[in-house]
Amino acid sequence: MPAADDTQRGNLKVYLGYAAGVGKTFQMLADGQAAAQRGVDVVVAYFEPHARPDTIEQAQGLEIVPHGKVEYRGKTFEEMDTAAVLRRRPNIALVDELAHTNIPGSARTKRWEDVQVLLDAGIEVWTTMNVQHIESLNDQIWQITGIQVRETVPDGIVRQAAEIVAVDVTPDALLNRLKRGAIYKPEMVEKALTGFFKGSNLGALRELTLRQAAHEVDLRQSVYDETRASQVSRISEARTRGAKDNQPKERILIHITADPSTAMLIRRGRRVADYLHADCTALYVHGTPELSQLPAEERQAVEKHLRFARSLQIETRVLGGSDIAKTVVEFARRNQVTQLFVAHSQVGLLERLRGRNFTEDIVRFAQDLQVTVVADRTRKQAS
Amino acid sequence: MRVSESPRPSPERLLRQAQAEENKRWGARLKIFLGYAPGVGKSYRMLDEARRRCERGEDVVVGAIQSQQSADVQALVKKLELVSPLQTSEGQAIDVEAVLRRSPQVCVIDPLAAENPTGSRNSHRWQDVQELLRNGISVLTSVNLLHVEEYKEKVKAITGKDTTETIPKSFLLAADDIVIVDVPTDLCLWRLGEKLTPTGISNFQERQLSELRELALLLTAEVVDAQLESYVHAHGMEPVFGTHERFLVCLTSHSNAPAMIESGERNKERFQGELYAVYVCEPGRSKRERATIQRYFDAAKKAGATTEVLESDDPISAIVEYAHQKRITQIFIGHSAKNTWRDRFFGDPVLRLIRAAEGIDVRVFPH
Repeated sequence: MPAADDTQRGNLKVYLGYAAGVGKTFQMLADGQAAAQRGVDVVVAYFEPHARPDTIEQAQGLEIVPHGKVEYRGKTFEEMDTAAVLRRRPNIALVDELAHTNIPGSARTKRWEDVQVLLDAGIEVWTTMNVQHIESLNDQIWQITGIQVRETVPDGIVRQAAEIVAVDVTPDALLNRLKRGAIYKPEMVEKALTGFFKGSNLGALRELTLRQAAHEVDLRQSVYDETRASQVSRISEARTRGAKDNQPKERILIHITADPSTAMLIRRGRRVADYLHADCTALYVHGTPELSQLPAEERQAVEKHLRFARSLQIETRVLGGSDIAKTVVEFARRNQVTQLFVAHSQVGLLERLRGRNFTEDIVRFAQDLQVTVVADRTRKQAS
Repeated sequence: MRVSESPRPSPERLLRQAQAEENKRWGARLKIFLGYAPGVGKSYRMLDEARRRCERGEDVVVGAIQSQQSADVQALVKKLELVSPLQTSEGQAIDVEAVLRRSPQVCVIDPLAAENPTGSRNSHRWQDVQELLRNGISVLTSVNLLHVEEYKEKVKAITGKDTTETIPKSFLLAADDIVIVDVPTDLCLWRLGEKLTPTGISNFQERQLSELRELALLLTAEVVDAQLESYVHAHGMEPVFGTHERFLVCLTSHSNAPAMIESGERNKERFQGELYAVYVCEPGRSKRERATIQRYFDAAKKAGATTEVLESDDPISAIVEYAHQKRITQIFIGHSAKNTWRDRFFGDPVLRLIRAAEGIDVRVFPH
């Protein structure tokens, strides 16, 4: 969300949908047309050249900044020409597909990075994305659909948006569009029907989108309320007001390891912290006297996880300690942590023989803390 | 596991099924366009769909239109056939008889919430809609959150606006399709003649509307969830996990149940999720324990939880099975202050639950 003192920065508006073809781009262009009619200087900075006929029609009359051409492996690809948009300096730039990864050789890796450049230059940006591209929902999407989404947008980017608009359509209507060939080319339709568009997936993704939009709306209310003493009774707290108002703020501590499940743990912790309006810290404890003494592979994994946590605006700490479980629990106690997040580490043969498991050690030590053991939601699907 | 009260489909689901089956015989479908306030563009969205259906060869008529329309909406209405409503001194009513005689495939009713003038064949317009559906005519209709009976008081608390024209929420839950028409609050106000302020929530009016917007999004999510449940049920599929947070508090007489229930309630509110509480009844529990559990059950119910007693001599399996059945995403369990001979023999029950709860988070509470 925009900082109150940063009036120079452009506003961001995100059209959020649950699948290709729900009408995000169409809605964005329609709103763009309406703005242009009001006399606002609107340009289309990027939209998919293979767009659907309805969508192309909706763009009629709007100025389109020519796309940049990027050569890669002997082929020419089109990307947004960010420099050209900056030179053009419109009031509002419409940028399709926020989660897009640029072709290697482009100025920036991700389209959302290009969007940051436009926003920094004071240009308002309207953009589109699907719910499955939100970083912290990655594991839930896998759990629901069995599909791992690779192109994600950090939650912080979505959070900057002044507005989120849910673009809703019924799954039946969407399937009709798909079967009419209005979304993908005929040869792609069959694949779509067995993937994201399969059976209950659409309903589940749709529900997730609506709840996410409601949550984003709720967060923006909190920002408003914190800057002004708001008189509006909040639905999210309607029944917990009163005595429980004095609840101390929740503090969440995420325990980081080299295990790949840590990424999932970080996403889950971030998500819960967001909903509970809690502080969120991540801690790594190395059993070796120095971090540098860790095997290279392990150290790289840990550093990757620490970077990932920081990218989701989680404060990170690194400590040394021979008894890792004890060090984590003591840190939590010292810092008035209310909830400790740990992954359920897989029990190895050696551990089983010793009768010990790290997660279980923490649960046993931390009898005075709330410990949340986060399930590996991906494993069931993957197996 | 034996669940003492066998899991029953919710009344909404039964109603949905009955109504869907009834209408399906005739191929009629009810589609509702939900908006959080006037000015979001429900009428336009609905009439635009009617136009497209018409162009694709469906036989569409308009049975009722709003008295005040924007130019965009008027232009759309002109393209469609109108079955003129009946005019009385008290107001308008759909000419149900004329629509039935005309017998189109689809009838557009804008808006849904209206009280019919005295002497009409039905007292409410939504009953007219049911009659059309029963006669095989599909209906496209629009409704504003304010007019949903169960939300009337909430909307009144937020905006001070009141209404006497309401439709029951069960009518929405029984619809074949529901679509939310969502726009930013500033655009909504702009359409009603206010100044445009495209910077998120920037004034008190927008702040109030934003609350309605959140309610409408969550209501739609609820309807979608109910539809998803029926779909999964009808196709004999595994339940879908993870669309919605559902918390399960496991009550025992010697854990810190009040703290768990309170936290469950807070989480439920914050996540707009659901709360469940169970107690596993093992053979041979003392009378005093039962009294304690009853107290916890009352507290859980007060916190808005669905409560259930499970009967099993294997509590961990009973809890995990129940959790999967109810699509629970987080199980709350307390460290036990006293270890029984069983625990010493089979290991700490908390640790056993963590191992068994595949795909579900387990939150362990201190004693």
